[in-house]
Amino acid sequence: MSSYIEFQNVTFGYPDDEGNVTNDVIENFNLKIEKGSFVAVLGHNGCGKSTLAKLCNAIEVPLSGKVFVDGLDTADEEKVLDIRRRVGVVFQNPDNQIVATIVEDDVAFGPENLGVDPKEIRERVDEALKNVGMYEFRTFEPHKLSGGQKQRVAIAGIIAMKPECIVLDEPTAMLDPRGRREVMKTVKKLNKEFGITVIFITHYMDEAAKADRVVVMDNGKVVLDDEPRKVFSNDETLKKVGLDVPQATELSKMLVRDGIKIPEDSLDIDELFENIKAVLEAQ
Amino acid sequence: MNSVVLETKNLGYLYSKGTSSQVAAINDINLKIEKGELVGIIGHTGSGKSTLIEHFNAILKPTSGSVFLDGNDIWADKKNVRSVRFKVGVCFQYPEYQLFEDTVEKDIGYGPKNMGLSEDEIKKRVRESLSFVGLSEKYLEKSPFDLSGGEKRRVAIAGVMAMRPEVLVLDEPCAGLDPIGRNTVLDLIVKYREKTGSTVIVVSHSMEDISKIATKILVMNESRLAYYDTVSNVFSHAGELFSMGLDVPQITRLFLKLKDAGYDVRTDIYTFEEAEKELLKLLKRRGNNAQ
Amino acid sequence: MLSDITIGQYYKGDSLVHRLDARIKIILTILFIVIIFLCKNFFSLGLMILLTVLSVLLSKVPFKMFFKSIKPLLPIILFTVILNMFYIGGGTVLLSFWKIEITTKGVFTAIFMAVRIICLIMCSSLLTYTTVPTALTDAIERLLSPLNVVHVPVHSLAMMMTLALRFIPTLIEEIERIMNAQKARGADFESGKFMARVKAMIPILIPLFVSAFRRAYELSFAMTCRCYHGGEGRTRMKQMKLHVSDFVSLGVFAAVLAGVILLNSCFARLI
Repeated sequence: MSSYIEFQNVTFGYPDDEGNVTNDVIENFNLKIEKGSFVAVLGHNGCGKSTLAKLCNAIEVPLSGKVFVDGLDTADEEKVLDIRRRVGVVFQNPDNQIVATIVEDDVAFGPENLGVDPKEIRERVDEALKNVGMYEFRTFEPHKLSGGQKQRVAIAGIIAMKPECIVLDEPTAMLDPRGRREVMKTVKKLNKEFGITVIFITHYMDEAAKADRVVVMDNGKVVLDDEPRKVFSNDETLKKVGLDVPQATELSKMLVRDGIKIPEDSLDIDELFENIKAVLEAQ
Repeated sequence: MNSVVLETKNLGYLYSKGTSSQVAAINDINLKIEKGELVGIIGHTGSGKSTLIEHFNAILKPTSGSVFLDGNDIWADKKNVRSVRFKVGVCFQYPEYQLFEDTVEKDIGYGPKNMGLSEDEIKKRVRESLSFVGLSEKYLEKSPFDLSGGEKRRVAIAGVMAMRPEVLVLDEPCAGLDPIGRNTVLDLIVKYREKTGSTVIVVSHSMEDISKIATKILVMNESRLAYYDTVSNVFSHAGELFSMGLDVPQITRLFLKLKDAGYDVRTDIYTFEEAEKELLKLLKRRGNNAQ
Repeated sequence: MLSDITIGQYYKGDSLVHRLDARIKIILTILFIVIIFLCKNFFSLGLMILLTVLSVLLSKVPFKMFFKSIKPLLPIILFTVILNMFYIGGGTVLLSFWKIEITTKGVFTAIFMAVRIICLIMCSSLLTYTTVPTALTDAIERLLSPLNVVHVPVHSLAMMMTLALRFIPTLIEEIERIMNAQKARGADFESGKFMARVKAMIPILIPLFVSAFRRAYELSFAMTCRCYHGGEGRTRMKQMKLHVSDFVSLGVFAAVLAGVILLNSCFARLI
């Protein structure tokens, strides 16, 4: 697989009042995101993961180092629109990214900015809304929708630009469990059915467990980078950087410590159940 | 049996009352909350949770029924309504967005100042509640707007605690926080209750969070009170909870699955310790039988 | 709830008037205002009343909606009526007391003026009742687009209007939330002297501003991410296309204008 986004020795941070770069710093950061992959980025607040999102589509450019999107250098101002069309970003607060007073007008906003032909915009908007399951709400006013619905509208607004990659910056942090499930399902579908590369920034372990690959960040650096099962088996490292372990993993570890012979890396309750059942049936 | 601190009788609230679009936000709620409990309120979005707690501190006036605090109808005398708000301290969702003073000290002192307390008393309470939320006195002179998200949240919670309410109500106190922030807040809630002995009510979407801290759970469903019972009793109604669009803690779900598969296990388990014990019992018992 | 209020008082419907192009509706409204000021006697005014009633009937917006928009302006209408009745002389004297005479001409003029104002209100309400706010800002942007030549930032202004419309309900909800939060800490917004009440607003205004700026900041990020770069090279999904009905309505108004001029010249003028 070829890498779609590539961070090469990137350093970035926001200066504070005294001009020292101390907030949300990332330093000598290297990361390659493969085309079509589903990558979860985990880390506590302020570890630099939101900065990552902004570097992916040239909202910010590195102080040093390079970020490449599909081979395009994000520091190249000529290419900014090409990059943003390719990499869409969905933010945490659904209210603050919806622009229009009617759902379908909002979804049309991106393609309109790109100067797409009106007839094609209509087709894209309808298709995007169908893909996130919000087509029947196309004439609604956004403030009458639930959080999960608003977030799906925001996602539709991005996919109407026909991006190759979507970066979601804690898209479920403000949602209730139902909204979280809706968003997760939608994102999974976009990845599986349309091959869109997904970078999913979150601090919910159960969401990260659904990704192909989990990148754990701390202090602007990658501390763990592997498939979910392997990442979550490093419970000590995770706890050290202020993260939890999925409950299923924690429970299986407890049982292993008690001398029960089951795999210690169950990702969710269903898996743990199967593992326990296997032990019981073997007896 | 503890004495009842908060009670509702046939409590109901209609939005847009008297118009064709009137909707019941809560309906016929009868409830007795005992002193010193830590009550977790769960329910899907729109089930009436928020409307219910807005009645506890007289932000909303019931359209039917009444609310009693220490046995007194809170709406009996309109002049007393403000004092009810000091006795039932409500900290709404994302409380950091209500911070407005230029120092943490003044912001936490806003509630006590409104109570008309003396300067000394305000000072004392500000420091006390700052320690409840685990922040040092270094923070007093800082601007609340310079703090991190988690710290802002704690300062806002301290602002409600500083009124020394008999009942502390927190609506989604952990929403949007990362795991460290979440655990810190849950921890300080438990400690606050231990230290002060006050009644605490926490609204949350997270079954895991609720199961970690609550002594009793209140379930709202479609504007009605579905359950108000001990944690294990409520989670033993897993089927009903699922049909209300709610969940049970992941641990409980494991035991439900085992039970469904025909194993003899308890299904009212929601903590790691109990889960470990019950699983070991199951696995070892089986093991012994086989030998 | 505060958030239930409708912005721009759009009345949902799918009538002929609702379907008219928003640009045409704005032009027709302006035309209506011009024509009604050209009316010089009851005959030409009568034609305008006919036009108003016909438009309202076609829009299927109930008459009681129009009473709602006339009601707040009743004092002004009454004031005009009284002023005209007392100060316009001429014709036969109907009533006289102290230094004041009420004459037939005064009464007629008063009625004329009142009817004119009511027609004006009804016609402008009809515009907002039958057009969604975004369509209005769109139409204004397109109608004013020639001003781009003289460097008036028409697109930016229209975008600001759209965003304002989008965020009014959000901010109203926010005010409600902040008020409740401060009330929970014992804030008192209802009692006290004027200055005390103004001071009591500070705990609401500061968080509101902080939050509005935060929203603006995040929104600008989100818009940039969606490739927003001003009006240049932008297309629109919803094209405004003129239909037969738009031309017909323009024709009707032109005919009414001709009728008004004709009636003005055929009959004696009142004002």
